[in-house]
Order: sequence, then structure tokens, then C-alpha cells
Amino acid sequence: MSFEAFLIVAAILFCIGLYGSLSRRNVLAVLMSIELMFNAVNVTLVAMAKYLAPAALQDDISTVLTGQVFAIFIITVAAAEIALGLGIVFAMYRTNESVDLSDATSMQH
Amino acid sequence: MLFQDIVFWLLSVMAVGGALGVVLVPDLFRAALLLIVVFIAVAGFFILLSAEFLAVVQVLIYVGAIAILIIFAIMLTRDVQRGNLPNRLQIPAVVFSALLFSALVAVAVDTRWKFLPDVEQERVELVQTSAVTTLTDEVLIKEGVTAADEQAEVQEAGLADLLISDYVLPFEAVSVLLLAALIGALVLVRPDPRRGRG
Repeated sequence: MSFEAFLIVAAILFCIGLYGSLSRRNVLAVLMSIELMFNAVNVTLVAMAKYLAPAALQDDISTVLTGQVFAIFIITVAAAEIALGLGIVFAMYRTNESVDLSDATSMQH
Repeated sequence: MLFQDIVFWLLSVMAVGGALGVVLVPDLFRAALLLIVVFIAVAGFFILLSAEFLAVVQVLIYVGAIAILIIFAIMLTRDVQRGNLPNRLQIPAVVFSALLFSALVAVAVDTRWKFLPDVEQERVELVQTSAVTTLTDEVLIKEGVTAADEQAEVQEAGLADLLISDYVLPFEAVSVLLLAALIGALVLVRPDPRRGRG
């Protein structure tokens, strides 16, 4: 259970999320993939707060939790993002009768 | 240490398997359930990384709120039958993700990370696990932190203290952002008064 192992698992999660958000046609699948990416970043930040920050901040131990503070902010922003995202999905469903991204062409010139 | 390793590998298999399921399973509803598996595995990672408070927040917000919202959205939009179709960007997406993954792994393995020696790491973990509880003097003495200045240092370092001292401005900004996003979502889903249906 080394630091690099955490980084690699987070990288796998992030890349799966990236693949999903680029290659799916359903808006909800894309939103779920974005959540995967948020989680991968959080794992990385918390792992760095545990393994790297203490060595970098040797004289100022009180800020050693900065990575976790950032993770809390990311979780909050993810909650805001999913609320707005689902609002947009519903608005799109009402106008298009579909949540397929290939049908969302009304803003093309 | 061995026990922690076993837990880590189990959680990794859960997280990666669940994530693959989220993007590959054709049934969207099952994909959303697999997303919950990933969230719980990530909460387990947080506990392994001695971030218990974040693990609780993860379960409450992601599993309790976000996953439920997504499942509601899947059930309210009737495209579930069409499933989780791929678009035309399938091959570029695979190539791009694989390239990014190899770059990330190369960076993670090649960099010389600077770690603390194990003795000091234990003291730091004491600080990190004190995120939500205030450490009393007795606890500190029991844990071997006896010097007065060290005690003061450890007590100051909780997550909540950091949030309302160094990060108070981002904290307020994020609260305003959350409020604005929720009001925006309400406005977006409000039924259109001219058409008279919702």
C-alpha cells in the first residue's frame, strides 16, 4: 500500500471516467463518468496530504491537512455540479424528449 | 501492514471493476448502482489514508445524495431502454485515455517523492486523525505527545480549524456557489408558465 499504488489506482479511475465522458451518448452516463473523475482527484489529494505534505511542511505542521480541505471543496463543487447538471438534463429532456447527446444539435449553426 | 495491503487491493478491485462497469454496462440503472460501489470503495481509500471525516462525508454526500439524484434522473427520463450507447468517438477516446494513463503512471513512478521518516509520520497521523475531535491533554499524553509546544501544535491542526482560519474565504465562496447552483437548478426545472405543463 504505497503512495504510488494510490496514485496509480486514482489514475485508472480518472482515465476510465475520461473515456466514459468522451465516448458515451447518454447525458446521465457522461455525468456519472465526471463523478468518477472527481473521485479520482480526491483520492490523489488525500494521498498527497498523508504522504507528501508532512515532508514538505516540516516546520508548519498545522497546515498538513490542506489536501483534505481541498477535497472537501471538491466534494461541495461536485454536489453543485450534479444539481445544475441534472437541472440541465431535465430542461433538455423537456425540449428534446431525449437525453441523447447526439440529438442535442439545436445550438449548431 | 499486511491487513492494510489486503484491504487496499480489495478496494482497488472494487473501485476499478465498478468504474469499468459504470462506463461499459449497457443498462444505465445498473451502471448507477455500480457507481455507488465505486463511491464506497473510495470512502474505504479515505479511511486507509487516515481521513475518516472525509470518508463519512463521502458516504453522506456521494452515496446518500448524488447517487440517489442520478438514479432518480435515470428513472424520470425514459431513455433507459435505449441503454448506454457509445458515440462515434469511441476509438479516439480509448487512445486519448490510454495516452493520458501512461503519462500519469510514468510521472507517478518516475518522480522521486520525498517522504518523512516513519517515526515522524506517526506523529503526523495523530494530527490527521484528530480532524473532527478535539484532542484533550490526557489523550495527547497517552499518545506520547508530552512537550507543551507539541501539544499546542497538534491541537491547532484540526480540519475544522483550518477551514475557518486559513481557508475561510474559499469556504464562504463555496457556500455561495452551492446556493447559486441550487437556485439555478430550481429555475431550470421550473415548469414553463406559458406552456402550462411541467
